[in-house]
Parts: sequence; structure tokens; C-alpha cells
Amino acid sequence: MSLDKAQEIAPETLAQVRGSFPILAQKIGDHPLIYLDNAATTQKPLAVIDAVTRYYREDNANIHRGVHALSQRATSAYEDARASVARFIGAADSGEIIFTRGTTEAINLVAWSFVRPRLKKGDVILLTEMEHHANIVPWQQVAEASGARVVPAPVTGAGEVDLDAFRGLLQREPVALAAFVYVSNSLGTVNPVEAMLAAAREAGVPTLVDAAQAVSQRPLDAASLGCDFLAFSGHKLFGPTGVGVLYGKRAHLESMPPYQGGGDMIANVSFAGTTFKGPPERFEAGTPHIAGVVGLGAAVEWFKGLPREQLWAHEDALVRRATEGLSGIDGVRIIGTAREKVSVISFLLDAAHPHDIGTFLDAEGIAIRAGHHCCQPLMARYGVPGTARASFSIYNTMEEADRLVTAVRRVARFFS
Amino acid sequence: MDDLNELYQDIILEHHKRPRNFRALPQPTHRAAGHNPLCGDEVEVYLAVCDGRIEEVAFQGQGCAISRASASLMTEALAGKRIDEARKVFAEVKDTLSGDAPEAGMDEIGELAALQGVRRFPARVKCATLPWHAFEAALEGTKRVSTEGWGDLSRFGAAEI
Repeated sequence: MSLDKAQEIAPETLAQVRGSFPILAQKIGDHPLIYLDNAATTQKPLAVIDAVTRYYREDNANIHRGVHALSQRATSAYEDARASVARFIGAADSGEIIFTRGTTEAINLVAWSFVRPRLKKGDVILLTEMEHHANIVPWQQVAEASGARVVPAPVTGAGEVDLDAFRGLLQREPVALAAFVYVSNSLGTVNPVEAMLAAAREAGVPTLVDAAQAVSQRPLDAASLGCDFLAFSGHKLFGPTGVGVLYGKRAHLESMPPYQGGGDMIANVSFAGTTFKGPPERFEAGTPHIAGVVGLGAAVEWFKGLPREQLWAHEDALVRRATEGLSGIDGVRIIGTAREKVSVISFLLDAAHPHDIGTFLDAEGIAIRAGHHCCQPLMARYGVPGTARASFSIYNTMEEADRLVTAVRRVARFFS
Repeated sequence: MDDLNELYQDIILEHHKRPRNFRALPQPTHRAAGHNPLCGDEVEVYLAVCDGRIEEVAFQGQGCAISRASASLMTEALAGKRIDEARKVFAEVKDTLSGDAPEAGMDEIGELAALQGVRRFPARVKCATLPWHAFEAALEGTKRVSTEGWGDLSRFGAAEI
């Protein structure tokens, strides 16, 4: 898809979008807040805040099994959110949507319920070097439990997956599952997921796409992507923290044992034995984060109603502007220069450590992140302990991009 | 900006740019690595101790201005001290950085008082204490210490205990 051809967005539309986020209208000390830590979590629009508040004020009850009015309302709200998410990511039906605590739990669920029972000694779980810890550590744990190996496909100096190497590993190694990120949270790289998924299909290897960073950046259509599993978090899609989504193909989900045991996931319990419900309930033991799910449903509906292509084009323009500005500062090195790149600028400054940059910018009201971004192997790949990372979202402005550049220029002067 | 100037005092910036004793000791009697897994910073502290007295302190590693300046100041403050005196200095610095010591009471730690600006930046206190924890670990014969307890020393980490 091409974002370049998207029509330029009207300033009043941008102002309206930005105005939906009450948190942005505040000062940090004497400076207006400039929130550029969107790859860590996005802010929440009124639509989400109001949905969560309304749920607690008017509908709060435990879901499923309740015969009273509130429980029925809460159940409807919960299941409506599931249907919203299913439509949003192109699932065949709502039963393919499992609510989790977030991307991390979604990946753990696949690791223990889908991969672990199939995994044999010597098998390989294929990742890439640019994975977030959430898409590394669960695989190390199941690999250790079965004598399997975790193998990352290499990443080039520019921050792109080496596609030939990825294909080679799929052909050479006994790969049990390939799991990779769609958009890198630390570099902004947009991976060629269609090509990677096609290569995996050709090799008969099931796939998991970590869409945590992509979900607010790219149209997602699980059916047309053809992945077996897809995971994302609500909080990077303008929704609440503590709630996320695992999409899985129905046939897989039906074949998988429960991930956790408890209430709500059983068909019948007795001390002689227990039978389980089908998906998705089988994987949602206990009382879920109902308000979070309601908030996530509201976030999805709110986001779908926006001129997304235009907002993404705006965001791309912000990243280009800030990249050009930062590149013009002596001693700035940008980590991650992939041809397809969104939202994120990871950078280093000769004169200052990322933490010093972060502290300095914070004093000017600019929120960025400094550190390894939960991607230590990737940082090791570039031989750096961490980076400073500015990440943009649809509500950021050109003025904010410019102020970031000016402030980084001041940091460079201060420490040189 | 006032808080920033307080944090990045001239002494701190000067030690950051020209760290003292920034080298490995060829034959240290004690050494330990300090690691901050939150930012990836590493510092290696070397001691030459003779008859209960610290004759030399040196360090190497990568870190932010605060951790580097803190390490550099530490090497100057501890050289020539008896171990019990050095431990006392560490205790005072720890209290200073955590905000437990009154600001007025820091005259006795000399240039180290320049580190007090970190008190207003809770997220940066660990940057300043990292080399000191490595120093303490070296004295106690621990090879490696982390600002986050034992969390990063599990078998999935690269660290050797």
C-alpha cells in the first residue's frame, strides 16, 4: 500500500484529533508537554476514557452466566468489543479473538499451548534479531523445556531483516514456528511481512506476527496476511494497559490445550475430571479485564472512524522532518535507516549518553525514551548499550518535531 | 533548567569529559563489574589494597555523564583511604543520593557533594550509585553486581555469577 498518495490532512482535522487527548493539554514545569514516547504507549482519547468510566459507572458486573441486567449489559459490552476487534483485524469470526493481558501474554499463550506440545528436541524457533524481549524470552523458555533452539535471522546495518538469510533458515532448519515483529518498536522498521509469511507457508511453517507496534501504524488484515497467529496490545492502540489480543486461526485454537485453568474456561468440572470450553473462552480463565476490553473496543471503533491513511501520511511527514533536522546536528547518529520505516527515530549523540539526553529533554517538557527498549540483542547487534528514541503518533505536530530538533541541538552544545 | 544545572554541575561535566583513573589496573587485588540492566550501562571497578588501605582505585566502562562522573569522583575520594573509612564514605554518599542526609551535612565528602543534584531526579539515582555498588562488590569478592538485584543474573542472561 502507498501512503504517499494519501491526501494531505486538513489542519482542523489534526487539531480535532489532538483535542481528543486531554492529557496532551498540560505543562511539564513551564513547558507544554511534547509526548514523543508513543512506541512505549500511546495516550488515550476521550472516547476510551469515557467508555471505561461509563462501564464502571453504569454497567459494571461480572460477565457470562449472570441473569441480571447489569451482567447482561457487561457481557454484551465485552462480546461487542470482541466482535469489533475481529472486524478490525479481519478475523473470520469472533471466536478467533482471545483477550489477553497484552502482547506478552498472547505470545506466551502460543508458546506454551501451541508450540510446546509440538516441539521436539533439535527443533528451531525462528525469530529475527530485532525482536522485543516479549518475542524472545517465551521461546527461550519453551525451547529449554524441550531441547529445541531459538535462532534469530540476522538484521542488516540499516535495520532490515536479511530476507535471504530468513528464507535460508526456513529451508535448512527444522523450524517449528517463525515469530517476528511487523514494525520494530526500537528502529521503526516495517518488515516485509507478506514475503516472510509467504516463505514460511512455502516451508510449511506456522507463523506468529507481533503486531504490537504495527497495529496503530498499518492496516491489519489477518486473513489476507495469512498468518497463523497475530498479537497486539491495547495500550499501543490508544486503549487501556493490561489488555491485549491474540488472533489465532480457528483450527489451531481448537487443537490447543488451555493455557491457564480456572473459571469461565470450563464446560464441566468434577473431581473425576474437567472438560473445557472451546475457543475463545478456553483461553480466558478467570474474570477478565472487562473494563479494559470495553476500553479497547472503544479505541478500535474510535480509530476506525478516523481518516487513518491521511493521519499516517502526517505521521510519516513528522518522522521525515525530525529525521532531517536531527541528521543536521553534529555527532548525531541514527540507528535504523530502513527503507520502510514508521513512527520511530532511535538515535545516539556523540557528546551525550541517551539517559542524559532523556533527562535534558524532560526538563524542556519533551518525553522520549532512553535505553535498550526491551531489545537488548538488537542493541548488542549495533554495539550500543541503548539509544535515545523519539516516537511519534497521529496527534503530534510539526512544531513538536521542530522543538525536538532544537532541544537535541541544545543537548549537543551543553555536553560538548 | 535550575534543576538541570544542579544535576549537571561543572564538576560533574568536567569529570565526565575528563574522567580520572579511567583505566584498568594491571594487577588489582579486588575487582567487580557493576551493571544497570535498565540502561545497559557497565562499569568495572579495580582496587589495589595493601594492609587494609586502598592504594589505587580505577574504573572502565560505558555510562552516562552521571555514572561516569560519579565513578571518577569516587576514585579520587577513595584512594589512600583505609577500607573502613572508604565504607563510611560510601554510606554517606548513599545517604546523600537517596535523600536521607541533610544537604548541609555533605561538606565532609568534599567534591562528592556535587552528586547531590541527582536527588531531584529519582530516575537517575541508580546511575550515580552504580560505580559505588561495584566498589562494594569488589571489596566483598562479588564479581558482578546489578542495580536490579539478581534479576539479570538468571541462566538466560549472559552473566556469570
